This record gives sequence, C-alpha cells and structure tokens, in this order.
Amino acid sequence: MKLRSFQYILQQSFKGIWRNRGMSVASISSVAASLTILGLMMVLVLNMSHLAGLAQTQFDSVQVYLENDLTPEAIESLGQDMTAITGVSYVLYESKESALAKMKDRWGTQGYLLDTLEENPLPNSYIVHVSHINVSDRVVSELNTLPGVDEVKYYRDIIDNLIRMAGLIRSVGLAVIVILIMIATFIISNTIKLTINARKREINIMKYVGATNWFVRWPFLIEGTLLGFIGAAIALGLVYMGYQSIFDMIATRFFVIFSAYLLTVEEMMRRTMVMFAVLGAGVGALGSIISLRRFLEV
Amino acid sequence: MIEFRNIHKTYDNGVQALNGINLKINKGEFVFLVGPSGAGKSTFIKLLLKEEEPSDGCILVDNEDITRFSRRKVPYLRRKISVVFQDFRLLEEKTLYENVAFAMQVVGASPKDIRRQVPMVLGMVGLSDRAKQYPHQLSGGEKQRVSIARAIVNRPIILIADEPTGNLDPETAWEVMKVLRHISRRGTTILMATHAKDIVDVMQQRVVALEKGRIVRDAQRGIYGYET
Repeated sequence: MKLRSFQYILQQSFKGIWRNRGMSVASISSVAASLTILGLMMVLVLNMSHLAGLAQTQFDSVQVYLENDLTPEAIESLGQDMTAITGVSYVLYESKESALAKMKDRWGTQGYLLDTLEENPLPNSYIVHVSHINVSDRVVSELNTLPGVDEVKYYRDIIDNLIRMAGLIRSVGLAVIVILIMIATFIISNTIKLTINARKREINIMKYVGATNWFVRWPFLIEGTLLGFIGAAIALGLVYMGYQSIFDMIATRFFVIFSAYLLTVEEMMRRTMVMFAVLGAGVGALGSIISLRRFLEV
Repeated sequence: MIEFRNIHKTYDNGVQALNGINLKINKGEFVFLVGPSGAGKSTFIKLLLKEEEPSDGCILVDNEDITRFSRRKVPYLRRKISVVFQDFRLLEEKTLYENVAFAMQVVGASPKDIRRQVPMVLGMVGLSDRAKQYPHQLSGGEKQRVSIARAIVNRPIILIADEPTGNLDPETAWEVMKVLRHISRRGTTILMATHAKDIVDVMQQRVVALEKGRIVRDAQRGIYGYET
C-alpha cells in the first residue's frame, strides 16, 4: 500500500472514532472493563500457581513422628526401611533433643520458657525427602504401614487446596471473561456500524470511482482495532496500579516475607501485557469484521 | 471499445430484462440509449459496471471479457468506466475542489497529480472560479457538472451518464450537454441513457433504442422517436 493511501486510511479511522465519540467511549470502556477483570483474575491465578509451585519445591519433605519407646536399633532399622521406599530420595534423623534445641532457637528470647519443662514432650522423628511431590501420597501411605511410626505430617493438603482453588477461579473467571468479551465485541461492532452508516454516501462514491475493496475496508478495521487497543492499554494501566498498591501494602503493612511469595509487579506486567494487547486488538478487529460483513457491500 | 455479444439477463424473480443484445460501440462514439421505462436501459448499464452479471453472453470492454473478471478486479474496471447519475451524488460537506480531489485520493493518486488534474477538469466543466464553494451553493446544472468533473478526473475511457439531465430544467440541461459533447470530442466514449427527446433530437448522435429487452433501432444521427 502506498504511504499516502495509508495516511488517508489512518486519518479516516481517527475521524470515525471522533465522529461517534459516545460509542467510542462505550467501546473502549467495555474492553477496558473486561480486560481489567481478566487482569484481576490473572493476578489471583498466577500468584496461586506461583505459590503452589514454590510450595512444591519447599515442602517436598514429610515429617514422620516415631513412637516413644523404640530402641536405638529399631530406630536405625526403621530409617533403612524408609529409605527403601521408592520415591524417597533421602531421610534425616532428628532426635527429640535436637528437635527441642531447634524449637528453642526458633522461640528466640522466649526460649528460656522451654527450660521449665520437666520432660521433653517432642517425639523422635525422621524427615523424609521425596523425589517428587507427585509420589508423596503413595510414600505417605507406605510410611503409615511401618511399625513404630506414630504420625506422618506433610503439606500436600495445602498445596492441593491452592491448586484446586486456582483452577476454580480460572474456570469461573474464564466463563465471565468470555461473556464480557462477547459484549465488548458486540459494542464495537455497533460502533463500526454507525461509522459505516455515516459514510454510506462516501463509500458508494468510492466504489464508483474505483477504490479497491480493501481501501474501503481498512479505515473501519483500524478504527475497531484502535478502540480495542486503547481499551487494553487502560486495563493494563489499571491492573498495574492496582497490583502495585496491593503488592506495596502486603510488603509494608503485613510481612516482607509474604511478599516474597508473590510475583513481582514487573513479572506480572510481562505476563499480561502481550496478552492484553492481542486480546484488545483482536476483539476490536473482530467487532469491525462482523459489521463489515453485514453492512458493507463492496 | 464496448461490445455486447448475445447478452441475456433474467433476474432471480423471473423478470427478463435483456433478451439477446448484440451491440458494438467504438472508441470516441457518443451514444444515446433510449426506450420506455422498463425497456432494460438500467440493466444494460448495471451489466457494464458489473453490478449485475449477465445470464448468458459476454461483454468486452477494451478487448477484455469483463464477465470473467473476479470481484477483485472490479475496482480497476471502474477506473476505466466512469458514471454520473441523475442525483449527482456529491458530498455536501466537501467543497467542489475536494469532491473532485476525493475521487483521485481514493485511488491513490499523488498530491502533485491531484493539484494539477483537479483544476484542469474543473476548468473543462466551466467551474474554475467556484472551486471553494460547497454543493448547496450550486444550481442543479452546476452540481451535475461537478459530478462530471469527478467522473472524468481519473481519465476513464468510457463515461456512462444515467439520465444526467433528468433533474434539470431545459436550460441548465444544455449546459451539461455542452460539457459532455466537449469531453466526447476529446476522445472519451460516452453512453447516455435518457428520456430527453429534445436533447436527443438536437444532438444528432447515434441512438440505440431498447424495448422489452431487445434493440429495436440503432441509427447514426438518430432521433428520440417516442412521443413524450
């Protein structure tokens, strides 16, 4: 396409947006609203998946409490039995004494309180590291069958809940987003219809003097795409500001530790930006095409 | 230049609009297409502009069979065959200059060409001094002359005029005819569908008469031949 034709087409696109200001604003807002909600959902889902992922790497161990009356030999052989289970990468023994010492450490200045105990209430335990979180269920059930094992503790439930919740939010969110995007497409298609109607005479003349079909179509296609794109940019801005303030709030008012489990603002933007741009422009182009096919006979 | 070979056109609703049309129009000819309403004049023009397809036969324009053209080539056909209508079809929000320049812009002409060509055609239709005015400031005859200027600005080889004087009083109609004759003398083929008896009779050009979808008369230096 020649450069001056491109200039003309672009000029017509902006004219179209300005001519139907009201509908243009409605189109942009609907895209922005849909994508902002999508962004919100992504903030939740991405963070939960991220957290679940972190949990999987950090909680790949299972704590096995032993019965109190075992002999050192029995403890030793129990350890060997545990190592023999497939899916176990290695085991560490933690005696009740070292468990108490660790607890004292963790309690810090309040550690002296533990000195008043007459008897060490903590059990001996093994910390069993599994090779992959997926096998932990089987490992746990096998550990439970071993004689001398009192209780098995692990964090699979938390991770499962996290993954299940992320999945639920994702499916409900997707349904909502699909409906919102359909509404946005419909509104854009109506906006383009108005522009087509306003330019009916012009289009008729263009056809009779030999303008190519694409020369007639481009301005409408660009108009719709621009509306979608602007909507996406606004949504991205809103999500950015929203996530930034949530992130800051968590980092300053709650725990710095906890914010380490969240995706950084930059990472969040990196994951949403391209998606928003493609979705926004796509919704706009689709809306235009629907109207072009229905109302523009070229 | 234009050749209709055994053209038939039956519309989907069963109306037989054209029934075996054979006609040759040479380069630079001025041809009147006459006949009662419903004789097939409009269909004839629509086939030439490729707004309708013939049911049978072929149409040659500039030695090319346009019935075989794909839809994609139609815009390029319309740069060769230009058309003016009874209702002028000007853009009210544009000046005369802009109305004519518009036809060049949308086919991708260079600004330099536009600046040279638009004043020239406005001169040809005698409206050089009105270039900055808007259509609503013009008489019917002047509007039609602007529409002619727009139709010829891309240098078509054929100009179709569909009842160009239909909305005009006799005096302004003659202004328009003078312009058309001038364009014809410069080598553009002109095909004019009309009901204007006095114009056809005075111009003394070729007259093709259609009735019920057939050519019933084709006379050089002909007359209108119907009572008005």
